[in-house]
Amino acid sequence: MSTQSISVPGTDATRSPLVEQLHQWVTTVDHKRLGLLYIFYALVFLVIGGVEATIMRIQLIRPLNNFVSPQVFNRMFTMHGTTMIFFVAMPLVFGFANYLLPLMIGARDMAFPRLNAFSFWMTAFGGLLLYFSFIGGDGLYGAGNAPDVGWFAYAPLTSQTFSRGHSTDFWTLSLLVSGIGSMGTATNIIATIVCLRCKGMALGKMPLFAWLNLTMGGLVILVVSPLTAAQVMLLVDRYLGGHFFDTQAGGSAVLWMHFFWIFGHPEVYVLVIPAFSFVSEIVPVFSRKAIFGYPIMVAATVGIGFISMSVWAHHMFTVGMTSSGNTFFVLSTMAIAVPTGIKIFNWLATMWGGQIHFRVPMLFCIAFLFQFLIAGLTGVMLAAAPFDWQLTASYFVVAHFHYVIVGAILFALFAAFYYWFPKMSGRMYNEKLGQLHFWLFLIGFHLTFDFMHIPGILGMPRRIYTYEPGRGWDIWNLIVTIGVVFQAAGVLAFVGNLLWCAFRGAIAGGDPWDAWTLEWSTSSPPPAYNFPRIPEVRSRRPLWDLKHPEDPDWHYE
Amino acid sequence: MGASFIPVFLLAVPSLSPTNIFAPASTPAQSIFDLSLFVLEVTAAVFVVVFTLLAYAVVKFRKRKTADAREPAQVYGSSQLELAWTVVPVLIVVVLFLAAARVIASIQNAPKPDNAIEVTVIGHQFWWEFRYPSLKVVTANELHIPVSDPAHPTPTFLTLLSADTDHSFWVPRLAGKTDLIPNHPNSTWVDPHETGLFLGQCAQYCGTQHALMLLRVYVQPRDDFDRWVREQSLPAQITGPISEGEKIFERTACINCHAVAGTAANGRFGPDLTHLMSRDTIASGAASNTHANLRRWIQNPNTIKPGSKMPAMGLSDPELDAVTRYLETLR
Repeated sequence: MSTQSISVPGTDATRSPLVEQLHQWVTTVDHKRLGLLYIFYALVFLVIGGVEATIMRIQLIRPLNNFVSPQVFNRMFTMHGTTMIFFVAMPLVFGFANYLLPLMIGARDMAFPRLNAFSFWMTAFGGLLLYFSFIGGDGLYGAGNAPDVGWFAYAPLTSQTFSRGHSTDFWTLSLLVSGIGSMGTATNIIATIVCLRCKGMALGKMPLFAWLNLTMGGLVILVVSPLTAAQVMLLVDRYLGGHFFDTQAGGSAVLWMHFFWIFGHPEVYVLVIPAFSFVSEIVPVFSRKAIFGYPIMVAATVGIGFISMSVWAHHMFTVGMTSSGNTFFVLSTMAIAVPTGIKIFNWLATMWGGQIHFRVPMLFCIAFLFQFLIAGLTGVMLAAAPFDWQLTASYFVVAHFHYVIVGAILFALFAAFYYWFPKMSGRMYNEKLGQLHFWLFLIGFHLTFDFMHIPGILGMPRRIYTYEPGRGWDIWNLIVTIGVVFQAAGVLAFVGNLLWCAFRGAIAGGDPWDAWTLEWSTSSPPPAYNFPRIPEVRSRRPLWDLKHPEDPDWHYE
Repeated sequence: MGASFIPVFLLAVPSLSPTNIFAPASTPAQSIFDLSLFVLEVTAAVFVVVFTLLAYAVVKFRKRKTADAREPAQVYGSSQLELAWTVVPVLIVVVLFLAAARVIASIQNAPKPDNAIEVTVIGHQFWWEFRYPSLKVVTANELHIPVSDPAHPTPTFLTLLSADTDHSFWVPRLAGKTDLIPNHPNSTWVDPHETGLFLGQCAQYCGTQHALMLLRVYVQPRDDFDRWVREQSLPAQITGPISEGEKIFERTACINCHAVAGTAANGRFGPDLTHLMSRDTIASGAASNTHANLRRWIQNPNTIKPGSKMPAMGLSDPELDAVTRYLETLR
């Protein structure tokens, strides 16, 4: 494939003045620029959320430590959870979807470019609103600033009685505002995939990336709505005399839990399905083989989407559901192991018989497979309700969901960064620095999150700012905190590599990985209009067909 | 490294921690432990199989220096293989589901025998209230129950209520956790097979001092338990004229929250102090019940438990001494 060189606006020798460039970024409706804005914004919050985690880990490094007060600790875990889910993980997956989807399906932009910009700025202002609580949360009562109700904010702790001042209001409004942005972006993703595919790209010829993001978009619309409704109900309770969650007036604390987890559990899949989509693109390219079992991969993804809507109450095995209620949610939760198992085996089969190139994106994908396997298996343990009665709300469950969110989702995101940043910046990253990042982060991750399972088994609940000696928890907490040092060093190497990639790296060219999907057929970075001529495809790997005219995919599909 | 559930087998040692879920001492905890061993065996087997495949693929199919530039053979899928790795997980899931369902039913639907001890547990920010309705006992933070001989079980059935926010009752060696939710009564039960002190704590975030909402369960031989009940059901044993400390106690806001049976103090917001000195700890297990700790607690609770709901009353040193002396007569 010849890469056509096209002059990219803004890269000419005569650069426009800084103010004008800023103005262009702020007013842009270009999907690539919005994608990069999402990603940059999320990286800033990733560092903030990481600092909050570090503060907690320093406090817990030894028993009866006095690094921060209980009030500050409670704010830290609330802000860490809220930040990492809503203002790091979601903007990152939206950023990659925004940047890549039009390029992968041969479109010039998303379906609704202005809705796209609106959605980004809603998400961005949601995050600013959350952090403004540090300044404005005091309200009239001197009742503390940032929210301290936990990221799932169980009622009635969020009622006026227990949460005075405005910290809970900042939390509620920030999720309300960013939720509108999420639903806008999800609508856009669905419309883009349904309407803007290039000629020849039937649904069954889309890259898996598009299928997975279509599922993610559908899930976001279905599950962010109840979260938004719950936030409105909470505001009504707090300011208009409502009693939805006001237990002292006959309201129900359990109702909030149902509302939150019908969002909260599918949310995990909102994040992990895009992670699957990265892995499903990267593993084939670095194994030099087509994805194994495309139709069943699509079916498994859509299956996960549907089943994930019926498992939420496994977060509530201890709230006193009936034995038949508990039993139902054991079955629905364990059922999800089947389609996820299919995915793991299909990725393995894709590698099987291939030629695996151990470049940095592939290293992160292999670690993803390993860690997602373990996260899935600890998930099966938690799905067995009686075992969950012991494990839930302990450090075991904290270790489990960090295995999913860091070990699987963040590792897949790192893979995506190294794989697609050459496309976004036009320059290659530094391979040695990338390997350093991988190994540091891998060691740090396992030090922290492997050993975090153990205090949970030894009876250590989550969300405690201190603990007494003599519980057998000390040594494990020390090791867990030491792991943070390695993770922080890894992230430092990552940020250094991004800067290298942006300014110093070797010119990447249009197709540095000898890959097969449409985004690699245009220049790096792509021009504003993406493709000089809208491509036409006959198979799932259009560039394979071009590179191997003697043996094209459409003979077999 | 990484196989985080393999060291789990090595954790079934009671001495590792007084709150080890793998050192069960009561039927619910024991049946959970048995189920968890089964789940661990199955998941460990799955891990070994998949990990071996992954490791083999990574080593065997790595790109070799000698490899020519040709692409490997393109394989698009295999219906037989895909069917196999759909059906086998389905079978595993069915087995695990049935095993879990059996334990759920055996614990949640256990009948309450007539001789069961009944206790009402009320969660407060940030302490535990225990009421024994049929035994006329009210106490706080330290739950006393009789040991249960498996041949003639005398289990304890707990009704779980909350006075404010959500809490969770968790004594890992006795049973899994059950939440205390306002306006939503729950229940659980334990039948400890051995005597001794069992530790636990609140396991559902309930506010500032969630961390120090500790829980102590004293499992006693039946005779000791009956004696404890007799002592606890009596009003405060105060002899002689009313002490200076009692006057201060009843004059300040102490009695808005605390009760001392047989006196004017009948508050319900804080722990019942009728038999305060029979308890080993104060502040919901945050400090041992010594003269110095008690005085410090009355002087300023925030020095022991910052964020506690008990206010510092601003007492002078002589007043503090008098109140502490008075409380120390409440045996």
